[in-house]
Amino acid sequence: MLDRRGFMVSGGAFALAQTDAAAAADSGTNIKHDGAEASKNTAADPLYALTPGEAEFLTAVVDAFIPADDLSPSGSECGVVVFIDRQLAGAYGAGARLYQEGPFQPGNGQSQFGPQSPLAPLQFIQLGIAELDAWSMANSNVPVRQLAKPELNTLLQNLEAGKIALPRIDARAFFSALLQLTMEGFFSDPIYGGNRDKASWRMIGYPGLPATYAKAIKQYRGRRYQAEPKSIADFL
Amino acid sequence: MVQVLKSTDAVIVGLGWTGAIMARELSRAGLKVIALERGPDRDAAESFALPQIRDELRYSVRQELMQDPKVETVTLRHRLDDEARPVRRFGSFLPGDGVGGMGTHWNGNTFRFLPSDHRLRSHLTERYGAARIPDDMTIQDWDVTYEDLEPHYSRFEALCGVSGKAGNIAGKIQPGGNPFEGPRSGEYPNRPLTPSHANELFRHAATEIGLHPFPAPASNASAPYVNPEGASLGACQYCGHCDRFGCEANAKATPMSTLVPALRQTAGFSKVTNAYVTRVLYDAKGKRATGVRYVDLRSGETYDQPADIVVLSAWVFGNTRLMLMSGIGEPYDPRSGKGVVGKNYCYQIQPTVQLFLKDEELNPFMGAGGLGMVVDDFNGDNFDHAKLGFFGGGYISLNSTNGRPISFRPTPPGTPAWGTKWKQETAQWYRRTASVLCEGTNYASRTNALDLDPTYRDMLGQPLLRMTYNFTPNDRAMADFLLGKAAEIGRAMNATVVAPQPRKGDFNVVSYQSSHNTGGTIMGRTPSDSVVNRYLQSWDAHNVFVLGSSVFPQNAGYNPTAAAAATTYWCADALVKKYLKDPAPLVSQ
Repeated sequence: MLDRRGFMVSGGAFALAQTDAAAAADSGTNIKHDGAEASKNTAADPLYALTPGEAEFLTAVVDAFIPADDLSPSGSECGVVVFIDRQLAGAYGAGARLYQEGPFQPGNGQSQFGPQSPLAPLQFIQLGIAELDAWSMANSNVPVRQLAKPELNTLLQNLEAGKIALPRIDARAFFSALLQLTMEGFFSDPIYGGNRDKASWRMIGYPGLPATYAKAIKQYRGRRYQAEPKSIADFL
Repeated sequence: MVQVLKSTDAVIVGLGWTGAIMARELSRAGLKVIALERGPDRDAAESFALPQIRDELRYSVRQELMQDPKVETVTLRHRLDDEARPVRRFGSFLPGDGVGGMGTHWNGNTFRFLPSDHRLRSHLTERYGAARIPDDMTIQDWDVTYEDLEPHYSRFEALCGVSGKAGNIAGKIQPGGNPFEGPRSGEYPNRPLTPSHANELFRHAATEIGLHPFPAPASNASAPYVNPEGASLGACQYCGHCDRFGCEANAKATPMSTLVPALRQTAGFSKVTNAYVTRVLYDAKGKRATGVRYVDLRSGETYDQPADIVVLSAWVFGNTRLMLMSGIGEPYDPRSGKGVVGKNYCYQIQPTVQLFLKDEELNPFMGAGGLGMVVDDFNGDNFDHAKLGFFGGGYISLNSTNGRPISFRPTPPGTPAWGTKWKQETAQWYRRTASVLCEGTNYASRTNALDLDPTYRDMLGQPLLRMTYNFTPNDRAMADFLLGKAAEIGRAMNATVVAPQPRKGDFNVVSYQSSHNTGGTIMGRTPSDSVVNRYLQSWDAHNVFVLGSSVFPQNAGYNPTAAAAATTYWCADALVKKYLKDPAPLVSQ
């Protein structure tokens, strides 16, 4: 379950889609966002590849990576778990464009070669989740998704720093994959299920696409170019 | 069962820039030409249509237009005694795939190499003495001079409608251009692109500290343009989606936009796509090739295509691997220094300085592939190396190429990679950051080389190519020097944070660095120092010609496309004017 969180949406200059966040932005006031409602929305999205438990693991992790605050809703509220599930259920998750011939040599400590796992991304993420959960159970008696926020942050920091070893998987490569997928989901075009309401694009001031700046590049030299961000779907 | 096809005058392996140029030149000369491309055909109007072409995840991150490593990849080891590992997903460099090859997804930077780059060993020997060149630095002259290539550089620039400002026309230095460049026969076909705000800040700062900034020459047309082949290019829209993408405005010069329309009208030309060439059929006794063998990747059928002339234009790895697999030329042995095929593989070192400017709005999403401001003061031998412990250098530039947010959102050093602080810094700096890039030379080293991997196989069970590669002490000293100069420019730009990112540790194949790989089938003066002669003709098979940056004996501090194209025009010229009249070695051994 998601925590109830309050967040404020900044950037009232944008005409947002009709959501609670938009209402808040339009009125220029801060509102308490109901996290439970966001969770309900997420639950309405079917899972294609992950189990509900795996999705809860990812919800906890992506919300640690992208916490809700005045800059944006949390990662899961932006649809990042939905994005990851769909990516893992598709060609990418099956190992498209990934050389998978053996022999396999463990990659630990040899990051300059990239991941050398025999697993396709879906299996790699699933095994990583199982192993990190087992590690968490052994060390604090709860699975990752039930850790309190400070404990979860510490665990992720240790994973990132290479201080956690997992028996069958390169722990740092697993961390990198989680972070990379989260960022892809947060910043990619919303057509893939993440970056709902273009929250990340609003956060940084990226106007999306398509983009014709032949005149603007000179006109806006040194001045901020602001526009309602546009997704691929806005042009279909 | 191998099916033997009807013989043709010339067969071309790979239909990227060099293959397309050669196909055009040979078919124009009246030859029957068949181009074999292992990737798919693409129709620009269909494949690069808006809005879908502006999809960062699909094209940039998942690399839809690139070579599929499941079919073929390379392996890497850092030292001769290491075991190599396969590059399971492309990262540091991105090979192309399909008609247009890497020319489909390049940025459009169209630099000529310096005159001294084309005769490097002679130049350094004359200026510093032979004793100063380290024994392990296996650099050599191209045996083609800048003067030989000048008309061919010009021809490629006209083909692409390059936007730029000349710095040296027939020996006369031009204000606003690059004063270090070799003499040009004329101005660029198009005026420079409109500089971004960050470009202007860089130009101002570089001028202030006594350097010579100029707009990067870019094959992104600054205005609508019709090239000598009759192909029309549109005007660049500064959309920030050149590298890794096709161009829906047809403003970026690619083989598809500049040559394919003319090729379509040429009676003698035909192409076969999804055709993966596995061998040059080689008659070692006759010292000639009889054709090539390929597998149709859709049906699995194997074909032999007999041909009088075989042209290899399959990029660095493909060209070298085909020579090795076909037994043409002696494979290079890094321990003894004997043999030539696979020798002098070079890459490039591109250290960057990340700048954060708190009071500026840089709109990083407005950009073009080749939109940059450059200084060449520290490239090649444009500065005195007498008291420095290295040779080489590179251009230093500020490029406004793209601000696509999955991959571009730098934060100042010390920022965590995730969490609240990361969000704050990302939101604060995304619009206020720019990179100063150093495009470093890579001078050949005895142990950096290519051969066939003893373990790993491609989709058809054939050996992959193995890279033995690492940065040398010369590379690292050169890169540190450039980084210092780039940081100086950053400080002159009054950046709030100047963050140099030095190159440390072993070469890694994961993070994108540059697709400027060179060497493996190098050109030179004799069969003992090279795979091809100055006309890019194989010493061991006079009807085999090898194109592209695989023939460069070392890598310069520039993007190599124009040099690859210029040498292709040079080779085509010799092929048509000399070889067709007398099919024999063009340089006597």
